[in-house]
Amino acid sequence: MFYREAGQFKTTYRDDMAVFPILQDRIGLLVIISLAIFAIPLLGSKFFISSVMIPFLVFTLAAMGLNILTGYTGLISLGTGAFMGVGAFACYKLTTYFPNVNIIVWILASGLFSAAVGVMFGIPSLRVKGFYLAVATLAAQFFLQWCFVRIPWLFNYNVSGAIEVPERTLLGLAITGPRATPEVRYLVLLGIVALMTWVASNILHGRIGRKWMAVRDMDIAAELMGIKMLPTKLLSFAVSSYYCGVAGACMMFLWYGGGEANDVFDINASFNVLFMVIIGGLGSLIGSFFGAAFISSLPTTLKFGLPAMGIPITGATAEHMTFIVTGSLIIFFLIVEPHGLARLWQIAKEKLRLWPFPY
Amino acid sequence: MKRTHLIAVALLGATTLAAPALAQDSIYVQSNAYRTGPFSGSGTPVADGINDYLTMLNERDGGVGGVKIKFEECETGYDTKKSVECYEQGKAKGSIIYLPWSTGATLAAIPRAHVDKIPIMSMAYGLSAAADGSVFPWVFNPPTTYWDGASILLNYIAKQEGGLDKLKGKRIGLIHLDAPYGKEPIPVLQNLAKKYGFEVLLYPVPAAEMQNQGALWLNIRRDKPDWLYNHGWGAMNPTAVKEAIKNNYPINRLVGVWWSGGDDDARAGGAEAKGYKSLSWHLFGQNFPVMQDILKHVHAKGLSKTTKEKVGEALYARTVYQGMMVAEAIRNAQRLTGKKVINSEDMRRGLESLNVTEARLKELGMEGFASPLKVECGDHNGHHQAFVAEWDGTKWTKASDWISPSKDEVRPLIEAAAKDYAEKNTGWPKRTEVCDPRS
Repeated sequence: MFYREAGQFKTTYRDDMAVFPILQDRIGLLVIISLAIFAIPLLGSKFFISSVMIPFLVFTLAAMGLNILTGYTGLISLGTGAFMGVGAFACYKLTTYFPNVNIIVWILASGLFSAAVGVMFGIPSLRVKGFYLAVATLAAQFFLQWCFVRIPWLFNYNVSGAIEVPERTLLGLAITGPRATPEVRYLVLLGIVALMTWVASNILHGRIGRKWMAVRDMDIAAELMGIKMLPTKLLSFAVSSYYCGVAGACMMFLWYGGGEANDVFDINASFNVLFMVIIGGLGSLIGSFFGAAFISSLPTTLKFGLPAMGIPITGATAEHMTFIVTGSLIIFFLIVEPHGLARLWQIAKEKLRLWPFPY
Repeated sequence: MKRTHLIAVALLGATTLAAPALAQDSIYVQSNAYRTGPFSGSGTPVADGINDYLTMLNERDGGVGGVKIKFEECETGYDTKKSVECYEQGKAKGSIIYLPWSTGATLAAIPRAHVDKIPIMSMAYGLSAAADGSVFPWVFNPPTTYWDGASILLNYIAKQEGGLDKLKGKRIGLIHLDAPYGKEPIPVLQNLAKKYGFEVLLYPVPAAEMQNQGALWLNIRRDKPDWLYNHGWGAMNPTAVKEAIKNNYPINRLVGVWWSGGDDDARAGGAEAKGYKSLSWHLFGQNFPVMQDILKHVHAKGLSKTTKEKVGEALYARTVYQGMMVAEAIRNAQRLTGKKVINSEDMRRGLESLNVTEARLKELGMEGFASPLKVECGDHNGHHQAFVAEWDGTKWTKASDWISPSKDEVRPLIEAAAKDYAEKNTGWPKRTEVCDPRS
């Protein structure tokens, strides 16, 4: 009824190719962005912002990175956790050597190191595909994780063996370190995520994205059409690792505020992000948001939300409940819609366009 | 990207309703716990001990100083991400102390705690350097550090071998979790190795390989170290004990740090585990009045989550000891401030002037259970003595005298590490908290 595009004529090719062709979608996007910028920092409690929204945005970024590689180019990677770690350590080293450069610059630059490492471990993708590639990227995960523990230069020879996040400011406001309020950290992160989503959307809708999708759909056909495998696949690894690296730097600097990196960027992190991409929807940017919300925020909500609403579950029970509920929801969604939450969302939108007269 | 997102936001918004107004007639204490995950073998008895002790105080005395303690666990599964959530939750609910129960969680919380003004108690774990109270006013790690532990071990070995000069030429192996926790004793051991002329052999166990130590033990078999020090946690400990037996390593020369000395760790080795050793700073068993009170006031009423036999076991008793420190610090804070319901800043003062004498231990029903404890303004650890316990096949027994750490070796290292931490973290706050006069 309200979600109907009748009367919205597209008179130019430009309109026809728009990412959001329907007016209601554009309004909806504006509403969400303004809610995220104004309502959440003003109305959300500190706990909600720091334990639900910030993890959600960090994982969105990581899922977006893996989605570029797995969802758009069809290359499976199990090294996401390690690439995130490279970003975090690069950012730590950069801000140690050049403390006067703004930390946001370094967070964005740290992705470049991650991209370089990603390209190196992406070389086997020219020869191996599918599960075999997954195993090859697993090597990246174990090798890099080994480096994080064994090379003390990476963590500045700290006795604790951990990244210790220093305080950095923007316009006099602390954005990292213990004095940074959750609201400020959230807004900085939101800015980074919004910017990088916009960039990703443009890459994916353009020539490069189409090449990746051609490789995903059938690499031999793509090669016959004149797409060079080497630069295309490696570029996909680079962009994907860049996103993961920035996500890792954000994780350490804007969320954890320091800590033992070895247990943060382990194989579990890689699997978690992979699940986010699968549940959210392979080859869909919005799916990255859905997947991150589902895998990262749902457990927190169940664990802390249910007791807060007066449902008396405590400690270990909540943890077991989380496993049961999240697990069965994953199975449920995979049976109902194997293409992920993004596809469900698309179906819902199509139904909504016809509602209440489906014929 | 519209409506689903909105619904999600609305649903998640429910969590903003967390932190219900607390009744002002109780003191809220939240502790991290892990009854799930790969470390639950160690985490469960650890969670039970403090829960039962504080429940016992509520049931027997009506809390501390007439105020009930509201104790809650926050499940982490030994995961740093969840521990960070639990810290935020504790802060929102007004917990007067943060009990992280993992080295990673402690490290992540230290900078925040100094801004949020919530004291951290990491009992004989976490950042050893935090023992320097002049740099870390909000972190407490009594009664002893891993660095002290390593020096206690060496003093014990020296005694067995017939003197410190006999250490020359000996080979001491360290089998450790390949994470900051496991690597803690290495600098002290290497320092002392230079001084006394023994050799340190390192056997790192990656966290993912905790239950798969076969290859590592082949090396141990080849190297034949004279003594082995086990710095493990969770599933790593029972595996090490089993492997030692399988590989014919003399079990009475395998000594664990206090976190490797759980009853279930030793029990895994069966009858042949008799003689396995571990450091400890308190005794075990149900014979102490405090354990009897727990059985009477908590167990008999069905308020405990554990079985009767487990009361008084090593890891359980260890957090009864932690419960005692928390309760004594609350009592101290009440005395210092004259308030009944204290907040986290009062709690810090209470912890800093902690002084549990022999007489006080007797009043608490802990006579002979532990040695006196004292925390000071500059020394948040105390570097207290410990002893070597031995597994007799069914329970842990005291197998040596109390051994003091080499404080003169350890303290300079601690102060240097603390200074280093403050220098690397630009803008680390200078201590402004005033020291309370001692009672």
